[in-house]
Amino acid sequence: MAVRVMIPTPLRVYAGKRDSAEFRAGTVGEALAQLTGEFDDLRRHLFTDDGNLRSFVNVYVNGEDIRYLSKEETPTKDGDTISIIPSIAGGSCC
Amino acid sequence: MASKVQPVTGAKAAPTLTNEEILRYSRHLIMPEVGMDGQLKLKNAKVLLIGTGGLGAPLGLYLAAAGVGKLGLVDFDVVDFTNLQRQVTFGTSDVGKPKSQAAQARLSNLNPDIQVQAFETKLTSANALELFKDFDIIVDGTDNFPTRYLVNDACILLGKPNVYGSIFRFEGQVTVFGTPGGPCYRCLYPEPPPPGLVPSCAEGGVLGVLPGIVGSIQAMETIKLILGSGDSLAGRLLLFDALGMKFREFKLRKNPGCPICGDKRTINKLIDYYEFCGVRGVEAPAPDLHVPEITPREFKARRDRGDDLFVLDVREPHEYQICNLQGHLIPLGELPRRVHELDSSREIVAHCRSGKRSAEAVDFLRKAGFKKILNLKGGILAWSDEVDSSVPKY
Repeated sequence: MAVRVMIPTPLRVYAGKRDSAEFRAGTVGEALAQLTGEFDDLRRHLFTDDGNLRSFVNVYVNGEDIRYLSKEETPTKDGDTISIIPSIAGGSCC
Repeated sequence: MASKVQPVTGAKAAPTLTNEEILRYSRHLIMPEVGMDGQLKLKNAKVLLIGTGGLGAPLGLYLAAAGVGKLGLVDFDVVDFTNLQRQVTFGTSDVGKPKSQAAQARLSNLNPDIQVQAFETKLTSANALELFKDFDIIVDGTDNFPTRYLVNDACILLGKPNVYGSIFRFEGQVTVFGTPGGPCYRCLYPEPPPPGLVPSCAEGGVLGVLPGIVGSIQAMETIKLILGSGDSLAGRLLLFDALGMKFREFKLRKNPGCPICGDKRTINKLIDYYEFCGVRGVEAPAPDLHVPEITPREFKARRDRGDDLFVLDVREPHEYQICNLQGHLIPLGELPRRVHELDSSREIVAHCRSGKRSAEAVDFLRKAGFKKILNLKGGILAWSDEVDSSVPKY
C-alpha cells in the first residue's frame, strides 16, 4: 500500500496523461516531490520559482485542505488519497 | 460537513397561484418538500444568471420551468454555430442573435408566467453592483477568471449567495459561495493562474453534456436555497469527473484572512479584474508575440507562384484530421525535441487554427536560430475566410 496522488484533468497533459500515481511517502510534500521528480513539466504548474505551492492549486488529503492541516508537512499514511485541485474557469478557447 | 440550507429570499409569499399555475406546477405541489409554500417562494424569487452559455442553458431552462418568478440573463455575446453542441437553449435559427435575447425568448416560451429580463451587456466592475442589487441569488455560469472574481466580490459586498459552477473538458466543479458564515471563491483560490499557465487551446474543448450536468446541479442548489431545504453545497466543493463517472467532495473552509470575506476586509470595492488576472481582456489572454507574419492572401500568391515554402502545422493530430493545408505536422508541445525535422535553410510558414500557437512556435524557432520563418496571420480561420472557404472552420 502507498499514497495515491490524484492528478486533475487540466494537469494530466504534464503527467504523461496519467490520472493518478502512487508513491511511498510520509508527508504530502514528499509525495509531491516524487510526483514532480517523475514529471518535471508538472513542477512549474504546482510550485512557484521559490518552491511554494501556487495559490490557484489546492491540495487535499482525504477531502481535507492541507492549508488547514500542516500544509506540505501534513503526514500521510498508507491508503491515503492526495488530490490536486486547480482552479478552472471553463469554456472559452483561443 | 454539509450545512442546512437557510432560505435566502426572505420575500413574502405571493398570496396565491392561479389555477393554470397550479396545473403547471402540479408535480411540485403534490410533493410536501415543495408544496404550495415552496412554489410561492419560487414565484417570489429573483435569480440572476451570469452567462447564458453551456452552464446557463440548463440553469435557465430548469429555473424557468420550476417557476422562479424573475430571471435575469446577463450576456453580451451572440449565438454562433460552435455554441449549439452544448448550449441547448438555442436553436440553429438563433445563430447570429444576441444570446440574452434568444434565451429570453426561449424561456418566456417555456414559461409565460414568469418574468425574464435580458441584460445584453458585459458584466463589469462599473455595472455589477447595480445589476445584482435587485436579485436574491446570483448564479455564476461564466467562462473566465476575471468575471468569476468580479462575481464573487460583488456578491460578498452585497451579501448575496453565489451558486458557482465551472468546467474543463471532462471535469466540473460546483459549490455555493457567499452564504452567511460560508466561504467565498477567494477563500478557495486566493489568486487566479497567471495567463501563461491557463491551459492552451490544444488542451481546450468541452464534452457537450458536461455543462448540462454541472449547470443542472447549480440549478438544484439554487432551488434549494430558495426553498430553504436540504443540505447545501456551501462549505463543500463537489468535483465531477465525467470520464471516471465519479463525484468527489472536498471540505471548503472560510479563510479568516480572506481579503474580502475575512475578519479584516481589505477589498472594499470592485477592482480591475483584468489587471488582477494579468490579462488585458477575455479575447487576449496572453501577451501578443511580435513575430514576422504572412497574410493568407500573400501566402496563397507565393504558393501559386511556385515559391519554395515549407508549411509547418503546429496543431494536434486530431485537429489535422478535421482539416489541413498539407503541412508537416509537429504539435507545439513536441517542437523542442523535433526541431531536427526542420530545414533552417528553407523558408518556413508556420500555422495553427488561429495564429496564436504558431506565433509561439515562430518565436521559439527564431530563438533557436531559424531566420526564414513566418507566421500565417489568423491561421486556418483566416485562410478559410480569405482564401479557401472549402476549408472548414472549427
